[in-house]
Amino acid sequence: MRINTLFYCIWQGIRNIFKNKWFTLASVATISACLFLFGLFYSILTNFQHIVRNAEKELCVSALLESGISDERVAEIRGMIVRRTEVSKVEFMSAEETWIQFAEESNFGDISIFTENPLEDCAHFDIYLSDVSMQPTLVSYLESVEGIRKVNQSFLTAQALTGVNAIIGYVSIGIIVILFLVSIFLISNTVSIGISVRKEEIQIMKYIGATDFFTRAPFVIEGIVIGLIGSFVPLIGVYFIYNEAMMYVARRFPSLSQLFAFVPVESVFANLVPVCVGLGVGIGFIGSFTTVRKHLSV
Amino acid sequence: MKTTRTRRRTGAGTADKAIILEHVSKAYTVGVPALNDVTLHINKGEFVFIVGDSGSGKSTLIKLLLRELLPTSGRVIVNGTDVGRLKRRQIPKFRRSLGVVFQDFRLLKDRNVYENVAFAQRIIQMPNREIRRNVPSILSTVGLAGKYKARPKQLSGGEQQRVALARALVNKPQILLADEPTGNLDPKNSWDIMNLLEKINNNGTTVLVVTHNREIVNAMQKRVITMKKGIIVSDEEKGGYIDED
Repeated sequence: MRINTLFYCIWQGIRNIFKNKWFTLASVATISACLFLFGLFYSILTNFQHIVRNAEKELCVSALLESGISDERVAEIRGMIVRRTEVSKVEFMSAEETWIQFAEESNFGDISIFTENPLEDCAHFDIYLSDVSMQPTLVSYLESVEGIRKVNQSFLTAQALTGVNAIIGYVSIGIIVILFLVSIFLISNTVSIGISVRKEEIQIMKYIGATDFFTRAPFVIEGIVIGLIGSFVPLIGVYFIYNEAMMYVARRFPSLSQLFAFVPVESVFANLVPVCVGLGVGIGFIGSFTTVRKHLSV
Repeated sequence: MKTTRTRRRTGAGTADKAIILEHVSKAYTVGVPALNDVTLHINKGEFVFIVGDSGSGKSTLIKLLLRELLPTSGRVIVNGTDVGRLKRRQIPKFRRSLGVVFQDFRLLKDRNVYENVAFAQRIIQMPNREIRRNVPSILSTVGLAGKYKARPKQLSGGEQQRVALARALVNKPQILLADEPTGNLDPKNSWDIMNLLEKINNNGTTVLVVTHNREIVNAMQKRVITMKKGIIVSDEEKGGYIDED
């Protein structure tokens, strides 16, 4: 293909965008509305998952050690636990450290009045999991380790978090699929209507000997550019709304923002931008490509 | 009314033929076919009128020549190409060897006169400098050199048909197909267009005109093929419009 033919097709595609401004506006608005909902939902979902993950990180299993256990055995047990794949972090608390922490948390004040450590047999490991659903496996393993006398677990919390995680996963997949299908339907319909009213133009081109590529190229370029604009508009909207929401929560509910930190906007947009642009451009391309094809058989 | 119907001699060779139809039939649905066993030879450089009432098969004939339709049976050969054997991807190149003019002009409404004509050249990937030379030249041939910036809706019917003619001719086709080119024009513009077609024919282009315009057909004394209910009922060397009752 000659370079001037290529430029001609690109120029015609861009020109069509301004020439058919109502169609462009309708298409951009449809794509923007769909991707805006998608972006908003994605942001909420990302934050929700972030909260759950943080809660999981705080969840730990305590393995209480037998009293009088040697330091060598403690190190051995620690090594055994660290090597397990479901474990993300292991912290050892000696009996003294456990007592001091307990006293602090319970506001005992001066603990020097205690001549003996009431938690003498409470040296333990706090074990954090990388996957909270693996807690039962880890617990049954710990219970079989010589030197560990008791394992404290928060089974219900772990179960609840696993359940919430699964529900979020299913619901998000469901909603994303529905939003995606609705977006494709709405956008391709808008693109179809816009192109169908110009089917005479396509037929004229074909009658005088235009190839399918030459006929289709300006429409496809038009579709891609509309998809691109239609994906950037909602991204800008979501960006500002997200930032505003973060500032609003921080201002109005400071205690809440201490509990649940928002995912930084950069992290959310690192995934959201390519997904939205891909969706917009992809739908614009596929919508225009398939619609023009219907009118090419002349 | 003329009653003499002289079948023209078709000749044995095909090298001098622009269009050959051999026992061509076309049926859209079960029932009366739009074309029924039509055999027709048109020589290179000829000027031919195809006349007939609505439903006689004239438009079907044009569609077969453009490869918009395929015959149900028989062979359609245009410029030596068996149209029925063309693959889909070969159709655009085939159509570029034809110039086509329609009753409703079929201009690209959003483009000016220059761009409408240039479009036919862009399709064949003509370099811009060639387009800049060829388009003004053909526009002056059809008498529209001064209106190259006008949009189709700013032109009269006759002018629009001249633009369509310029677009059909700019790639120098061997055959020009005109489907009711004067159907939407007043008598003066109709004659202007016919004179242009005759001029084009004098330069060697085969011209096939489908028309209802009795006055023009009778006055021009060209070959006239009359169709009725899908068959050729008359083919006269210097014929006139036959009234079929």
